[in-house]
Amino acid sequence: MKHAISRRTFLKGSLAAAGAVAASSIPLPTAVRGETGEELATLIDIRKCIGCEACVEACKEVNAPKFPEPKKPFPKMYPSRVKVSDWSDKRDDMDRLTPYNWVFIQEATVTVDGREETYTFPRRCMHCQNPPCADLCPWGAARKLKNGITRIDADICLGGAKCEKVCPWHIPQRQTGVGLYLEVLPALAGNGVMYKCDRCYNRLEEGKLPACIEACPENVQKIGPRNEIIKEAHAIAKEINGYIYGEKENGGTNTLYVSPVPFEKLNASVEKGPGRPGLQPVKDAMAHADNLAKAMVIAPIAGIAAAAGKFFAASKRATRHEEGKK
Amino acid sequence: MTSHVYEPTMGRKRLKWAYIGIFIVMAFTGFGQMPIFKRYYISDIPGLGWSADFYATHYIHYLGAILLLGLLAYWIADYFLGGRREFHLTASAYVRIVLLGGIVVTGIFRVLNPTTIVIFEDLTSFSDVRGRPDDFSPGSTLPHQVRTGYHTA
Repeated sequence: MKHAISRRTFLKGSLAAAGAVAASSIPLPTAVRGETGEELATLIDIRKCIGCEACVEACKEVNAPKFPEPKKPFPKMYPSRVKVSDWSDKRDDMDRLTPYNWVFIQEATVTVDGREETYTFPRRCMHCQNPPCADLCPWGAARKLKNGITRIDADICLGGAKCEKVCPWHIPQRQTGVGLYLEVLPALAGNGVMYKCDRCYNRLEEGKLPACIEACPENVQKIGPRNEIIKEAHAIAKEINGYIYGEKENGGTNTLYVSPVPFEKLNASVEKGPGRPGLQPVKDAMAHADNLAKAMVIAPIAGIAAAAGKFFAASKRATRHEEGKK
Repeated sequence: MTSHVYEPTMGRKRLKWAYIGIFIVMAFTGFGQMPIFKRYYISDIPGLGWSADFYATHYIHYLGAILLLGLLAYWIADYFLGGRREFHLTASAYVRIVLLGGIVVTGIFRVLNPTTIVIFEDLTSFSDVRGRPDDFSPGSTLPHQVRTGYHTA
């Protein structure tokens, strides 16, 4: 990365370093470390974000060992409609989600009480409570962990991008030329590996905060048990007469935002597209599966009842037949 | 002895065809869980555009599973209530039952996805961490398996 050290970068770095020192000196509460079995959620207070991208840089640095190192040239894939997704020459891109950029700063300019205001806020995986990516991954590569993290296992993923399609925010991003598919049938199946925020699961295991939270000089983000994070989000929303995103979206997520302006306004303003998720209302994508799963419990009972009914009816008929003979 | 209990009716034949129909739909929508229908132009066939919609194939697959579970439960109960006195299952039938049983059991595990994940995750770090709260403090040296988890990306 070629970066000239500007005054802004220096200040940003200093603030981040100070924030990191401050954060690392505080022992993490037990609940934050994921010991209690409760799902952990993060709260992003968008009033505090100054858009310095310290979180983005920290994420890139800390997660660099997890980033893909694709083999080139890529194997030819069939049929021709299968496109290569190659971000390996654009590793420094920071203005959207990519396999090398798992968090980015989104900007929204909205009019509040006749005044134009600009808000910035980090965007990354929402870590849904009922994640469609994990529920629908045909290989079990995407999984939800007990502490509320949804992870994609890069050793298993074949890069079919189903997770990206079924994700209401289309978060996971593909890199071609890496992963298990190369060992199977690279020409005919798979297309790389999907990457997204894993909320620094390995740092949490070590008792550290996720990099984006630790590096933030403004303490924009918090992490804690979901019910406490919800309480805090409501307390802030009440105090500022604000709004919450993530409590109900897609049936509830473990990334929550609190904002002084409605999310419809923010959603209308943010640049949306591939790698740039919106802040739209999202219905619970997996609700149908939960309802149908309940029906699956009832179905065998109905089948047994039908067989029993048939048996007793036939037995009755047989008894009548026998009695008739007598 | 009790042949009057079990009769080879039209109903049974209809159920057999229903089973074949359900099985074809389940196989198609099951394959549709893999991202291959769009890649291989299946969804370009007129009338099959829905097959590239993962939520649609998932919904239909679950509906099929409900019907299949109901039908299998009916047949199993029917067999034990009367059928086994009327006919014997062939060796080929036992093989098919085992294969079908395997598909059904793995399907049930897939539906119980969150539980399945928990089963997998019990092999991983977080359960270890919970089991050893005293060992776990910021900056402490944790056992290797705790630090690395089930997968090092």
